[in-house]
Amino acid sequence: MTLKISDLSVGMELPALALTFTRADLVAYAHASGDLNPIHQDEAFAKSVGLPDVIAHGMLTMGRAIQVVTNWVGDPTAVIDYSVRMTRPVVVPDTAEGSIVNFTGKVAQINDDGTVQVELGAVFGDVKVLGLAKATVRLAQ
Amino acid sequence: MGMNHDMIGHVYPPSQPYLVTTEKISAFVKALGDTNPAYADGTVAPPTFSIVVTMNAMDTAFHDPALQLDYSRLVHSDQKFEYLRPIRVGDELTVSASVEEIKPLGTNEIATFKTDVFSGSELVVTGWSKIVVRGPEA
Repeated sequence: MTLKISDLSVGMELPALALTFTRADLVAYAHASGDLNPIHQDEAFAKSVGLPDVIAHGMLTMGRAIQVVTNWVGDPTAVIDYSVRMTRPVVVPDTAEGSIVNFTGKVAQINDDGTVQVELGAVFGDVKVLGLAKATVRLAQ
Repeated sequence: MGMNHDMIGHVYPPSQPYLVTTEKISAFVKALGDTNPAYADGTVAPPTFSIVVTMNAMDTAFHDPALQLDYSRLVHSDQKFEYLRPIRVGDELTVSASVEEIKPLGTNEIATFKTDVFSGSELVVTGWSKIVVRGPEA
């Protein structure tokens, strides 16, 4: 089913995603992205700089939040802009369960030029880890 | 010591070309845990893949002695991308980074770096990264 702009209304919620962050995910992201900062991998180092534990890369959280939009649209190349503020870190303990972040999205604006703006949410426990998160997609009319 | 405001508007030389391969795209998609079938053949990159090249280009700027930026107190606070087209396998990406803004925010300083990502001569993505450099503890 192709998503059409005529089927949308402002305030409509996108299917939410609950995604797990484990230490292994952080190591994989560090290598795939080239961001080898030890605060994302080394618990002793993270604590030595005043963090409660290892924290996820903000860009990993950003990269996962947009999946709410790209899963909904289907075609990830429909995204024409995307921005976030990284308000709080996702703390990742050394456990098999890791940390779960709940990602949400809703239609914020439908534009005359065939683009749709989506507002995104990312919550870890009761803490908002992303703020001012929004993406614009171009959809079929 | 704060950042050097004379660097506002400074444009850094283009980064070394970065060849986008299916292996690099697939590793990034896997690390994101993204199961969208659009990425299955590793030919199109996810929206945040651009950070691989923009962060690297900004690292060069962050360590430029002329900028007088205390790297140990730096936090990446905001990220924005505007896409002219998706990044695809075979793209040879270069990044032109520039200092768009430096200003105080309480006892901290914030700076915005603009990163234009080109494949050859074609602009494909523009990124903006805002950083906070924490001031001395009160």
